[in-house]
Amino acid sequence: MNTALPQTAGKMHEPLSRVADTPQAPLGRALVWGASLGLAFIALWQALYSAGVIASGFESWRPVLYAFLLWTVALGVAQVLMRGERGKHALFVLPAVAFTVAMVIFPTFFGLYLAFTNWNLSSAAGPQFNGLDNLRSLFADAYFWNALLNMVYYVLFVLVQYAIAFGLALLLNADIKARKFFRVAFLLPFMLSPVAVSWMIGKSLMEYRFGPAATLARHLGWENPAFFTTPWIARLSIVAMDAWVWIPFIMILLLAGLQAMPKEITEAAKVDGASPWQSFWQITFPLMLPVSVTAIVLKVIFQLKLADIVINVTSGGPGGATDTVSSFIFREYRDRSNVGYGTMLAEFYLVIIIIFVTLLLKFASRFMQRTT
Amino acid sequence: MSDTQRITVRVLVYGALIIWTFVSLFPIYWTLTTSFKTAVNVTQGHLIPWVDFIPDWRGWRSLGLSPDTIGQVSTVREEFLKRFANSVIASLGAAALAVVIGSLAAYGLSRFDYKFGWMRNKDISFFFLSQLILPPVVLAMPFLVLYKELALLDTRIGLILVYTLMVLPIVIWIMRDQFDTIPIELEQAALVDGCSVWGAFLRIVVPIALPGMVAAFILSVILCWNEYFFAALLTSTNAKTLPVMVASQTGSQGISWWSMAALSTAAIAPLVVIGVFLERYIVKGLTAGAVK
Repeated sequence: MNTALPQTAGKMHEPLSRVADTPQAPLGRALVWGASLGLAFIALWQALYSAGVIASGFESWRPVLYAFLLWTVALGVAQVLMRGERGKHALFVLPAVAFTVAMVIFPTFFGLYLAFTNWNLSSAAGPQFNGLDNLRSLFADAYFWNALLNMVYYVLFVLVQYAIAFGLALLLNADIKARKFFRVAFLLPFMLSPVAVSWMIGKSLMEYRFGPAATLARHLGWENPAFFTTPWIARLSIVAMDAWVWIPFIMILLLAGLQAMPKEITEAAKVDGASPWQSFWQITFPLMLPVSVTAIVLKVIFQLKLADIVINVTSGGPGGATDTVSSFIFREYRDRSNVGYGTMLAEFYLVIIIIFVTLLLKFASRFMQRTT
Repeated sequence: MSDTQRITVRVLVYGALIIWTFVSLFPIYWTLTTSFKTAVNVTQGHLIPWVDFIPDWRGWRSLGLSPDTIGQVSTVREEFLKRFANSVIASLGAAALAVVIGSLAAYGLSRFDYKFGWMRNKDISFFFLSQLILPPVVLAMPFLVLYKELALLDTRIGLILVYTLMVLPIVIWIMRDQFDTIPIELEQAALVDGCSVWGAFLRIVVPIALPGMVAAFILSVILCWNEYFFAALLTSTNAKTLPVMVASQTGSQGISWWSMAALSTAAIAPLVVIGVFLERYIVKGLTAGAVK
């Protein structure tokens, strides 16, 4: 990800007055304090009400949400009052920061609490702290580790998708007629909802009795074309559907990279007598490495969330062979209402993902430094 | 290269292009035609309308959308239109909200130096982009419980908020790339002329960055329209979206192919239209920031 852009170039110069407080600064500070107190008061009142300590309160926590919105507005106004021009600059990022913090940080910590309870929605008891029990059953849960192993396979298949996408990008970049038509046709699968794709391909094209894919397979000599009954074939079928949706995404990134490449280089190689094969491996491929790494990293990140197709086509079967971590946890929630344990699985998976993606990014940037 | 070699290469290139076009389009073609088939045509694997089967409105009739049922009252159609409207509102609303707050943040990060505690621009950018890594399962249950408390469960607003969160990192990424390419001198001239920072942003920068915003908006609409995971968990009767409806139909016993095909066709049709007519913007959105 390109967070390491040179940020200093082209910045506006900050006004010199930024260090000194504006005359309205006390007013701004008062506003922040007042708004914060108001928010805390409403939240506390509602907490006491829902805990049954006081008798009157709101029907739901919704007013607290409105109070949070007002608090954000007050914070924005106070920024301008306190810091003048710099405050106006801060207003640009404030909405997005407030939104993301409210929507992510809070639920993540709330999720951490849930992860250490035995809460099951179908039991009347409500959440009860059960220490490390969830973690213990996680380590003993063969189905979870199986799903995690499947994720390794699914992530490795990204490389196959990348290879196919590179081939298609080269085709589209070649000197062809009707390029626009082919580009639109190739891109279409990416636009379709995975749920619709699950039905269109998984449940009808690959249907055992009269799906066209099964009929074709019979013609080609596969007598018993069951796409979802043996583990590896089922896994490959899921991978194929996922590839159908996502290859266009990788292809478009690579195509943009190919088009940004100066034409002179490959032409010079041709003049020097290099065969197309040589000029691809010695010029095009190395020059495309930065784009390739970006595309693969992005696709891996999306691959780690793979769920919709698996949920709708196989529900993880046969015997968990196609299960992804997300689809496994989804079933834990929906079929067994196991909120506490499911959340522990999800948080554990998040930790693994963070470690994995961090290592991946580190590896990618080191790899790039070495090759360029 | 000799002439025969050149012709061979041509044939191979166009052959590969046509094969992949077939791979890309056949499932869509199959779904569209199946929605006009009867049971016999499905089981015997007929493929080409008017040649080996006579198109029939059966699938669309079961949705209440065929010519003969369109005037009548149909509960299935009402259900479908409600889900369709939910999908439209949720995806347009979320995309609009994400583009507004995402563009503001991206502009700020591209132009000013921030310092929130230990966080500099680089860290704030990374904070936003890192949300992309977060898998939906992590947030699903906390959201379910919180939404219940906030009375946001099964509402369109609740869905819009989740979807905004989902596409915000992508919007910020695209827009920051856009703003980085706009020369800073334009705004400096406006500032000298007495515009405020916000005035310069709204009057000078936004019109220039509009194509990028459209690209980010369209990409967001597509992602939200297709979203299934959160919709399946956070909505039930009121705010259920189209993908959830499609998924719940596949689960039921004895799928009637023609009606599933009609439903799938209706669910993907808006996106196919967007894909064909706005492909330029989608490509622009996808490639922003990835190619330097």
